[in-house]
Amino acid sequence: MILELIVANFPYFVSVVLFLVGLYAMIVRRNLIKKIMGLNILSTSVFLYLISVAYKEGGAPPIRVSEVEVYVNPLPHALVLTGIVVALALTSFALVLTIKIYKEYGTLDSDKLMDL
Amino acid sequence: MDHSPILVVITPFVGAYLSPLLGLWRERLCYPVAVAAALLSLFFSFRLAGSVLTSGTIRYWVGGWEPPWGIELVVDPLSAFMCLTISLVSLLAVIYSKNFIEKELPRGKMTSYYTLILLLIGGMLGVVVTGDLFNLFVLTEIFSVAAYALVAISGKRGSFIGSYRYLILASIGTSLILLGTGYLYIITGTLNMADLAVRLPAFYDSWVVFGALAFLLIGFGIKTALFPLHTWLPGAYSIAPAPVTAIFSAVVSKVGGYSLIRVLFTIFGLEFITDLVPVAPALTWVAAATILVASMFAISQTSLMRMLAYSSVAHIGYVVLGVALAVEMGMTGGILHIFNHALATGCLFFCAGAVIYKTGIRHIDDLRGLGGKIPLTMAAFTLAAASKVGIPPSAGFVSKFYLSLGALEAGEWIFVIVILLASLMSAVFYLRVINLIFFGGDKHEVRRDELPLSMLFPIIILALGCAVFGIFVGIPLQLVEPAVMVLSEL
Repeated sequence: MILELIVANFPYFVSVVLFLVGLYAMIVRRNLIKKIMGLNILSTSVFLYLISVAYKEGGAPPIRVSEVEVYVNPLPHALVLTGIVVALALTSFALVLTIKIYKEYGTLDSDKLMDL
Repeated sequence: MDHSPILVVITPFVGAYLSPLLGLWRERLCYPVAVAAALLSLFFSFRLAGSVLTSGTIRYWVGGWEPPWGIELVVDPLSAFMCLTISLVSLLAVIYSKNFIEKELPRGKMTSYYTLILLLIGGMLGVVVTGDLFNLFVLTEIFSVAAYALVAISGKRGSFIGSYRYLILASIGTSLILLGTGYLYIITGTLNMADLAVRLPAFYDSWVVFGALAFLLIGFGIKTALFPLHTWLPGAYSIAPAPVTAIFSAVVSKVGGYSLIRVLFTIFGLEFITDLVPVAPALTWVAAATILVASMFAISQTSLMRMLAYSSVAHIGYVVLGVALAVEMGMTGGILHIFNHALATGCLFFCAGAVIYKTGIRHIDDLRGLGGKIPLTMAAFTLAAASKVGIPPSAGFVSKFYLSLGALEAGEWIFVIVILLASLMSAVFYLRVINLIFFGGDKHEVRRDELPLSMLFPIIILALGCAVFGIFVGIPLQLVEPAVMVLSEL
């Protein structure tokens, strides 16, 4: 019963697990780089969710051809594409900040940085 | 067709493209570009406000594509009101930046400073005019990334860490916003806010809708810095350059509040958030906690910037409290407080920046006797502080009065006590500062000397605004009253 539920909604469960893993890394891990990895896992889980929602069993690519009836939904793809660009900007900026922090303090441990 | 809705957003973005190009050639050219772009935005905001008042809500289709295919910009009275507030404060902050930036930022940062500040302004204006939920997310990200960079730009000790903490917490927020947006899209098949409002009632008992509401609430709650999600704010605010902090405190967190209002009232609707799922009553308690806790923290601060930062957290609590009361008087007070608080807090941060510019002082105890050195600035500080405390007839008094009436109208007298108590607490920390400034003796070697005109002008304008809009309340109310009507009818 539960197994069937998981199999039928497999991508969603993966996305929830990834979301929690990312959140855990961002909040609990002390290394600043690992926090950024957590941020990336978190946003990837949201992208995975959106992409798997757009998928349809046997759906064709969203290009209009007369004999095809079922298309996958193209709009979430557009959303994810935008989201990836945003995540890229965030990640690169966060990495630059990390380099600057390391140069200034010589550590990436957030607990040690808190004491300074 | 009037293109003001898109022009008000595009102008700062065009400025943000021009500024690095011109900056490569002559760094000094960035300042006039930024001022011109902010001025044009203010002009278009006035035009928007004018046409909203005469002909009602404007619906603009970007590129002529009608929704649901294209993106729709919707300017209702609330959007026009936010546009005016944002572009006014931003223009003054850009004017103020000229001398301050030359002295306080390391060399060679001027170009990136003005580019980022224009991106920040454009992103915020975009958020308040858009009628599309995904567009709202993208523009929120645009202004947030500009904001992270502006926190770090000074390169001072702690600025990178402040920016990093802000980034990590706020990006959890934006991920949640994207997830909530996705949920709403899945269940309704649309991202247009007006369309969502029409289609959602059919799914009011669905768990997906509850999930979406929860994600959006927490996401925008982080952006708005509601207790207990406010922890990123004081660190980021106290480290950023003063004109940036003025924009942050006056409008950036209010834009988060605006998004919250849009999601709650325009998308989900008054009935859903008060009767079906009591989100609004819960938010009033969160707001009350924000007000009290932040005021308490503000009393114990020794740094002027940090004290002002905590005080602005408290005042965002007032805005959310008023709106979440969901009665006419309360909403009027809450929305009016967006404008009144923007005037006061902008002025206070400008004054704090002026003190840093003139003397380098950041600690409250060192402020002794500055009243005799920069009297006009300190007089403006006093006026703005009076407005924040809510001493009549200042602007802050009027909106707090409306808030209290709203709390009584809703039958929640306990919030009147919260407002009074928090006002008393803010009197404690503002009067302490004012007392030190004017009666704390004189221990400075600084010459009596006013600020450069580019810094004094914004301070005086905002301080006068605090006084004038306390007496002529009718001017902002012209927009606030129709805004409340539009929100509560949906």
